[in-house]
Amino acid sequence: MRHVYGWLLLTPAAILLVAFTHYPAAATFIDSFFSTGTAVRPSRFVGFANYASLADDPIFWQVLSNNFWFALGTIPTAIALALVMALWVNDRLPARALVRMAYFTPTVLPMIAVANIWLFFYTPQIGLLDQVGAMFGVPSRNWLGDPDSVLASTMAMVVWKEAGFFMIFYLAALQSLPPELEEAAKIEGASRWYFFWRVTFPLLMPTTLFVLVNATINSFKLVDHLFILTKGGPDNASSLLLYYIYQVAFSYFDTAYASTLTVVLLALLAGFAVLQFLLIEKRVHYR
Amino acid sequence: MRWLFAVLLAALCLATTPARAATELTFYYPIAVGGPLTKVIDGYARQFEKEYPDIKVNPIYAGNYDDARIKALAALKAGQSAPLSVLFSIDIYELLEQDAIVAWDDLATTADDKAWLKAFYPALMANGTYKGKVYGIPFQRSTIVLYWNKEAFKEAGLDPEKPPANWNEMSQMAAKLVKKDASGNVSRWGVMVPSTGYAYWMFQAFARQNGHDLMNREGNATNYAHADVIDALQYWRDLGAKHKVMPEGTVEWGTLRQAFTEGKTAMMWHTTGNLTAVKDSAKFPFGVAMLPASKQRGSPTGGGNFYIFKKTTPEERKAALAFVKWMTAPERAADWSIATGYVATRPDAYATPKLKEYAAGFPQAVVARDQFEFATPELSTFQTGRVRKLLDDAIQASLTGQKTPAEALKAAQQEADRLLKPYR
Repeated sequence: MRHVYGWLLLTPAAILLVAFTHYPAAATFIDSFFSTGTAVRPSRFVGFANYASLADDPIFWQVLSNNFWFALGTIPTAIALALVMALWVNDRLPARALVRMAYFTPTVLPMIAVANIWLFFYTPQIGLLDQVGAMFGVPSRNWLGDPDSVLASTMAMVVWKEAGFFMIFYLAALQSLPPELEEAAKIEGASRWYFFWRVTFPLLMPTTLFVLVNATINSFKLVDHLFILTKGGPDNASSLLLYYIYQVAFSYFDTAYASTLTVVLLALLAGFAVLQFLLIEKRVHYR
Repeated sequence: MRWLFAVLLAALCLATTPARAATELTFYYPIAVGGPLTKVIDGYARQFEKEYPDIKVNPIYAGNYDDARIKALAALKAGQSAPLSVLFSIDIYELLEQDAIVAWDDLATTADDKAWLKAFYPALMANGTYKGKVYGIPFQRSTIVLYWNKEAFKEAGLDPEKPPANWNEMSQMAAKLVKKDASGNVSRWGVMVPSTGYAYWMFQAFARQNGHDLMNREGNATNYAHADVIDALQYWRDLGAKHKVMPEGTVEWGTLRQAFTEGKTAMMWHTTGNLTAVKDSAKFPFGVAMLPASKQRGSPTGGGNFYIFKKTTPEERKAALAFVKWMTAPERAADWSIATGYVATRPDAYATPKLKEYAAGFPQAVVARDQFEFATPELSTFQTGRVRKLLDDAIQASLTGQKTPAEALKAAQQEADRLLKPYR
């Protein structure tokens, strides 16, 4: 009887999960083995044909490599910045609440709004960056119109947006550290750097893992800014995997190929998650 | 995933459709809810209901053109399509391939109806016609025009009333209009043509001016790699790379209007849809002209058409026909053009006293109409999303100097051929 009771309690959550997570994922996987159907040509089983055309698709490889650079550029920077900001606002300083809020503000803003603001930062001549640059005689630069700078420009914006969010986790972790440790270290004459490197940082490892997982997932799922800033251009130089999936699904209406790309994205993220948990879990807990 | 999406949308549609008293006419309209145009459309709907008490009109505001198309097609897959919709004029092949729409010719049976189908500018009908049948009735339509800053022209010693008439004049005048500050940085460019978002649309103008359309009327072949088309892209690239009158790299569509109204560029190519906004924010006198010519003048049309869906009852079709006829009547077309800046879709609208009076006070408003003579339909083919993106990428790759125009366009043409072969 208790058995039944337990299952009943689980049912509402299970139904939601199955309907909105597991079923769509499974359906996507199945769709990736079929062709896209139209009224004239119904969908049929094509085996691995979609995966073969994926391997031949230069844009897929480009957005994949863009995505790796994007992840590599944003994750460590955002985490480092978040940690520095957290340490800074954890200290006793005047108007601490105000500084904390200031750092957290970018997180509160919706990505679309942020992108609209940054679009005007980056706009040649009338943009903030160029106007400040002009005061120092720096020539105007077409930040978003140049394939060499466009990806880095979007990265800078994402780091700005994400760091405040991660800061909150570090701040919470810092405040849960027992103050005795710092006092003991002071008595022992440990330098601040030594204390941070040997005590604080290792104790923050669980938080770092959590933030790392989140940052990795975000670097693959944050694409809102592309709709406003670049639409993936110029010539796909700033496009990311998820944005490409959107284009294939809703601009090209190729649902089968979009499913194939989605399967790749899911596999990638699952792979990262497993890797992170297996590798870092071992070294996470400081004893 | 798409299943779920479709089911959800269908549920949404059902929930918003109350019990039918008379014939109910739901239609998707591509604009964000709460925008200034929703009031205009709602007003039309109410006015129409007064004149036709047995028809109830239900506009559903569906976001931008992409959103509206996605919603309409998803509802269709769920078997719950709205009978009528305003969608992007270039969605026609996608809708045909889904077997979603019917031709207006099949509904227009009376002599009056048939005359109505012929009342529009032929240039606007091209995007809505397939194999001689009309599938899209032009409603909110635009075209590209040249905006110029008369103050900047005066300052550069040019006649402020004389815009460039051809490509040579444009690059020469633009060169005079470039202004540099003491340290040699450009503070005002000569001309800007946007190349994000709708690069293919802008390029259609260049290609047409150089004598060529980019696709055939059956929508199953493109003409990206013709020597004249390559020359057209070369000219666009040269404006930045050789003549130095336009910034190198791509020019953002979204911020270009500000760049113009703040005097950072003396000329711009942009949609007539921006006319009212430029009029409201420019602090200097500005002119609107037809785009310059190379071998001929030319500009593509753009915008949205009325489509009627296949899954409709005879009553719904009748109601839809009455409504669309009413919406596109000369007085409404005139009123709509004044309210939005879109061009009025038929010649007799320009003969209405209201629009005549408006045009007398604001002659910029009729430039787009005069340009219809040289207009070409917007790029639209089967597999239109991909075929268009190929061109967008090719344009951006050459404007940013990563490929030569010939390389980029030839590769795009090859890929487009592969995509379109099954449709020939």
